[in-house]
Amino acid sequence: MTEVRVRTEPAAPSATPAPGTLAARTSALAAEAGTPHRRSPWPARTRSALKHLGLIALAVVMIYPLIWLLASSVKPTEIIFRDLSLIPSELALTNYTEGWNALARPFGHYLMNSAIVVIGSLVGNLVACSMAAYAFARLEFRGRKLWFAIMLMSIMLPIHVIIVPQYILFAQVGWINTFWPLIVPKLLATDAFFVFLMVQFFRGIPRELDEAARLDGCGHGRIYARIMLPLALPALATTAIFTFIWTWNDFFSQLIFLTKPDMHTAPVALRTFLDSTGQSSWGPMFAMSIVSIIPVFLAFLFGQKYLVKGIATTGIK
Amino acid sequence: MSVVSELRRTARSGPSRAPGRAPLRRGDGRAAAFFLAPWFAGLALVTVGPMVASAYLSFTDYSLLAPPEWVGLDNFARMLEDARLHNALRVTFTYVLVGVPLQLVAALGLALLLDRGMRGLPFYRSVFYLPSLLGGSVAIAILWRQVFGVEGLVNAFLAFFNVPGRGWVSDPDTALWTLVLLHVWTFGAPMIIFLAGLRQIPQMYYEAASIDGAGRVRQFLHITLPLLTPIVFFNLVLQVIGAFQSFTQAFVVSGGTGGPADSTMFYTLYLYQRGFTAFDMGYASAMAWLLVLIVAALTAINFVASKFWVFYDD
Repeated sequence: MTEVRVRTEPAAPSATPAPGTLAARTSALAAEAGTPHRRSPWPARTRSALKHLGLIALAVVMIYPLIWLLASSVKPTEIIFRDLSLIPSELALTNYTEGWNALARPFGHYLMNSAIVVIGSLVGNLVACSMAAYAFARLEFRGRKLWFAIMLMSIMLPIHVIIVPQYILFAQVGWINTFWPLIVPKLLATDAFFVFLMVQFFRGIPRELDEAARLDGCGHGRIYARIMLPLALPALATTAIFTFIWTWNDFFSQLIFLTKPDMHTAPVALRTFLDSTGQSSWGPMFAMSIVSIIPVFLAFLFGQKYLVKGIATTGIK
Repeated sequence: MSVVSELRRTARSGPSRAPGRAPLRRGDGRAAAFFLAPWFAGLALVTVGPMVASAYLSFTDYSLLAPPEWVGLDNFARMLEDARLHNALRVTFTYVLVGVPLQLVAALGLALLLDRGMRGLPFYRSVFYLPSLLGGSVAIAILWRQVFGVEGLVNAFLAFFNVPGRGWVSDPDTALWTLVLLHVWTFGAPMIIFLAGLRQIPQMYYEAASIDGAGRVRQFLHITLPLLTPIVFFNLVLQVIGAFQSFTQAFVVSGGTGGPADSTMFYTLYLYQRGFTAFDMGYASAMAWLLVLIVAALTAINFVASKFWVFYDD
């Protein structure tokens, strides 16, 4: 049972030893010891420089399309393809105003629709998934193991197998072209991935804490709300950031449930943009592409720590 | 560490519980019912209910307009003869069988290069990870369509070296490969899982090995790789499952058609067309169940094969 496990325990040591710490020095020593000199004709410093050079080159290749997208969003459409440089020779901020107003509604309308779906999903995932996780991590009940296994399996269930009947169901209650089909499932903890993430985290919280609270007469409701949730803030943050990014990027279900242009979210609107203007207005389309990924980028910038921990804990996406 | 190892453990062991820990108290049935109420409701209404319904619909002819009409195995018989479906399977399998291994090799290679505590590690990690977050978005798919278009960035580069370009996304021979490349581009997420796994390997193994005179290559082959196999396996299972369900990239890059000449017709894209463009809901349901079977079979194959190459230290 000693397989590799990474948990986001509150006191977990940081994965990378800070440079200069004993751990870093030990590992550096070990690395050197493991490299007999005959293996490489170059001194360590040259090799390290070469490695950095290679890594930087790769980083540039990886990030180039994104920078180019940004640069192109301020170039006039006619010169986008003639001009490979990242610094635009003439600045066309009109792409942004033009793109913003290219569809039936200003692009802000679609961003707002996305925001509504995101906020609903956030509330749902944070509340419902943490509740379910508390039960799986701390409560003793009949069939727990079975339900837990079902929960794990539901993570891997392709959404496509349920989307057709879901569509029929939601059509019958008149929810097509509302945000409910996108929000209600989250309120019912169907994003089992996050249940699992929080179960992992809760298991790392010392039981002595809730046992003490029980002795003091706390019920499960208070243990959950007053002890577990505050201690699980990192897991909640991870959940919030992933929910935000995945919901914001989600396309398949939004495409299916939101067919009326007024209800379109940013990705669906962007795709309509592509269809309606085709090749003619790359500039404005790139501008709106940038607008639509800025929120994800900001979430990445400010939540990176939680994202990395979240992936390392559960290993998804 | 993972869904997969949890499942493996649950399947293997008897009563599963955080090892060595007594339950807080016997019988929290009522509290559990309360805390699990939303999840149970979701399981019944949003997951299992629709699964049952979709199993039923797969034996019917249903277009939303008239009530479903029982047709027995007709949908499945049609699937046997549907050349576009077979093509979709071929396209998707190609995408998965080429894209996933390439992506994992890139992820593992980079994770190995990024040494513990090396200078600039956070920077490299961020830069390599960012594409994974954006890769599934419509914006990036639009970008891809342009980059590999006739007048796109790639061709402009080639022209710079006087190499004639081509319409990468409009040519049936190359369109799918641009999507494979997009998949490889998102190697950052599995890379971070590998990084976490590498950090778990006790340093003393390497120290002991180097005292015994093992060089870097042998250390890699005899320590790193065996201890990393569970994580490779885990990544493989999840990436295969995920890649088989890819939709957005193909949908946007091909303008919703799966073209040119059905060369980017992913399975899910064809399912979408049957179900939500042609409103052939019975057939789409049958297709969805085939998808479940395929994903389950691939996962099972992975699990069985893992006995021969995954090393569990327990």
